[in-house]
Amino acid sequence: MAILQCSGLSKLYGSKKALFNVNLNLEHGRIIGLLGPNGSGKSTFLKICNGLLTPSEGTVLINGMMPGIRTKEIVSYLPEQTYLNDWMKVSDILGFFKDFYADFNIGKAGDMLHSLNINPNDRLKTLSKGTKEKVQLILVMAREAKLYLLDEPIGGVDPAARDYILNTIIKNYNQEATVVISTHLIADIERVLDDVVFLRNGEVVLTSTVDDIRENKGVSVDALFREVFKC
Amino acid sequence: MNWNFQSDRPIYVQLKEQIKLMIISGTYPAGAKLPTVRDLASEASVNPNTLQKALIELEREGLVYTQRTIGRFVTEDENMITDAKKELAYEQIEHILKKLLEMGYTREEILALVESKVREMK
Repeated sequence: MAILQCSGLSKLYGSKKALFNVNLNLEHGRIIGLLGPNGSGKSTFLKICNGLLTPSEGTVLINGMMPGIRTKEIVSYLPEQTYLNDWMKVSDILGFFKDFYADFNIGKAGDMLHSLNINPNDRLKTLSKGTKEKVQLILVMAREAKLYLLDEPIGGVDPAARDYILNTIIKNYNQEATVVISTHLIADIERVLDDVVFLRNGEVVLTSTVDDIRENKGVSVDALFREVFKC
Repeated sequence: MNWNFQSDRPIYVQLKEQIKLMIISGTYPAGAKLPTVRDLASEASVNPNTLQKALIELEREGLVYTQRTIGRFVTEDENMITDAKKELAYEQIEHILKKLLEMGYTREEILALVESKVREMK
């Protein structure tokens, strides 16, 4: 069974279609790029998968379940906005996550903080925007979840940290887990992806493996993206 | 080891070539144990599934074999590695020959050029 099944999914805001008739099956053990220009519906899709928005039509099933408390146990979500309290120390937040999620590996989180030179005793409000994003991503990746839904995980961080983050994703990968990464920075993440999903104006315009694109079209995913979404 | 990837060809094909080169050049000699998929993938910053695919291709060619539960190893057949090395050398030579012929050199001239260049290298 696919970890994420989505059929006839639409989200309408009045007459505006944020998502329209999306059908997707995401398998176990894959790293999937959810790619599309700004406003193509990437975040909306991820929010629906996390139960933060309800679909206008269609369904999303995660491990066979509708998004809710049960699915939050197995889904690790990095939202596009930060939701952590500024007055807390990094170490407080680790404790917070430990209480909240049974699958949170606090040792792993500590190691990752150390590698990125982040002091657990620092308060969040003293951290730069990029460092906060790193902390948030560490929290998400330190869970041993079945499905990781990452909304723009590399957008705000420097290229060196970007490499580290991508490596973290690769290292923490296990055969069972699926990782969905939404981004428009394709060139940077192309080599870590198995599959790509192109979204345009809320509709899926292409699903393919990265190797198929390169083999059949002889171009990189980045080049194909520029072609498909040419302004 | 520097891993470089061209953007217009499948990554697994390029991984296969680069791992093959490491076997041929003796980085991983005959009979050596290869790092785990996860470690190699992390070193090359690529998706583990893609790396796995490259290794399976190398297995099909016989350069690499899997011992269940222990890991992957380079073949112990030295002849096979020598053959792979020669094959790769021919590929490179053919590539250069094609270019030199395009430039209008004759066979004799090419031989003379190669010979003098090789002597110069000493």
